Amino acid sequence: MELVTPSIGLVFWTTIAFLILIFVLGKFAWKPIMQALAEREQSIEDALSSAEKAKEELTRLNNESEQLLKVARSERDTILKEAKQLRDNMVADAKGIAQTEANKMIAKAKVEIDNQKVAALAEVKSQVANLSIEIAEKVLRNQLADKAKQEALVADLLKEVKLS
Amino acid sequence: MRIIGLFKPNLNKFILVFAILSFSSAILFANEPVKNADSEHADANVGVQDSTAVEAENSATSHEKAKEEKFNPSELILEHIADSHDWHLWGHTSLPLPIILYTPKGLEVFSSSHFHHGEQAYTTANYTYKIEENKIVVLNAENEIDEAATKTIIDISITKNVCSLLISVTLLLFIFLSVAKAYKNTVGKAPKGFQSMIEPIILFVRDDVAKPNLGKKYAKFMPFLLTIFFFIWINNMMGLIPFFPGGANVSGNIAFTMVLALVTFIVITVNGGKVYWSHIFAPHVPWWLYPLLVPVEIFGMFTKPIALMIRLFANITAGHILVLSLISLIFIFKSAVIATVAVPFTVFISVIELLVAFLQAYIFTMLAALFIGMAVEEPHAEDHH
Repeated sequence: MELVTPSIGLVFWTTIAFLILIFVLGKFAWKPIMQALAEREQSIEDALSSAEKAKEELTRLNNESEQLLKVARSERDTILKEAKQLRDNMVADAKGIAQTEANKMIAKAKVEIDNQKVAALAEVKSQVANLSIEIAEKVLRNQLADKAKQEALVADLLKEVKLS
Repeated sequence: MRIIGLFKPNLNKFILVFAILSFSSAILFANEPVKNADSEHADANVGVQDSTAVEAENSATSHEKAKEEKFNPSELILEHIADSHDWHLWGHTSLPLPIILYTPKGLEVFSSSHFHHGEQAYTTANYTYKIEENKIVVLNAENEIDEAATKTIIDISITKNVCSLLISVTLLLFIFLSVAKAYKNTVGKAPKGFQSMIEPIILFVRDDVAKPNLGKKYAKFMPFLLTIFFFIWINNMMGLIPFFPGGANVSGNIAFTMVLALVTFIVITVNGGKVYWSHIFAPHVPWWLYPLLVPVEIFGMFTKPIALMIRLFANITAGHILVLSLISLIFIFKSAVIATVAVPFTVFISVIELLVAFLQAYIFTMLAALFIGMAVEEPHAEDHH
């Protein structure tokens, strides 16, 4: 039967066609295509694994930065506390020093005033004494001629002297 | 030589473009073109009949002689699924194809138009040839068939099937070389255009056919499997196109499937490992069973590719017969009313044939991969039997 009898011509041409296809496509199509597909798959796999790695790295970094932040925060608190203490101490010290200094100055001033007062009094006394001597001299000169008058003068003078 | 001129590049380009257009339209708009196509099918094939049944339908009065002639569907169908030396286009127009004969007196090349559709003999310097039942025979001086001389000539003509085969090969080369080029151009990028249509199919063959059956050794057989898959598929699809660049029953021809089965047999046998051969010549059974089992196993070596050969041949041929039978119904009953039933049913069958075209390519490749997988099996897997 013709239908199931292979004809030599078609067998011949099919063989040639298949050989051409398997040679040409094998060399110029399947090889580069399969290679490109394998390369693409490899690159996708690499990209995925590196993304996973990056994610892990990110988590690690996040944890680390949180840790750092926590440490930094507590450090800041201690520093602030210390600074406050220091400030308080400094203020207290300064106050004490100022007080003593002021006290010292007041005391010095008092001493000075006393000294000045004494000196002034001494000078007044010496002035009074000198004045008294001068008056006495003048009176003596004026009144020495008249005995009665001298005596009256002395009496007057003495009255005046009583004022001081 | 007029016929050889047909295969010059510029015309080849035209054929290619035309083939691609009809190929893609057949895939994308399966319903519509198939419907049109089927009616053309009918026209075309009825036209092939020596006189015409179609004309008998159209103008019964003017062709009294034609009217008397009985429409013979089995002849029509068999003529379609068989090979021929010229390619029928439409009506009385056929594309003559080159006849190439390898004779003891040298190679003979001439156009099939000299035979005038098999009605006339053609005499060359060496012999007188005539087409008798689709075969080229040698006539002797008395115009009788010279059996002895006929046996000595080898017919390697570019028949309808060979021509269709060459168109398919051109298409495959064009498609896959351009796809391969696209891969070079889009390194590290997503696939584009036609490349992205082909890629899933290649991945399907690799991941669902080759890898499960061949394991780690799949890469070595990928070119073979991909070639065989796309070669069968494209020929199946071309066969479904009812008009010129398609319509030949290439993958439903026993010669075509025989070559593919033979190639598969060679690949299996050449790559057969220790496990494969020990399965055949030293199976794990008591020694006294060997006389029974070894011949069975040897027989099995050949039945596997033979089953591949017959499966593809029968499936594709059956599809063609089915579609043509349904269309023939219209002419058997000589009634256009039948067309309202026959045409939708043909559309339905044609759509199924589109699936079968893919399925048979897949099954052939799958079984080839399975058989090769059994041949290249590693020894350690043996212990689990």
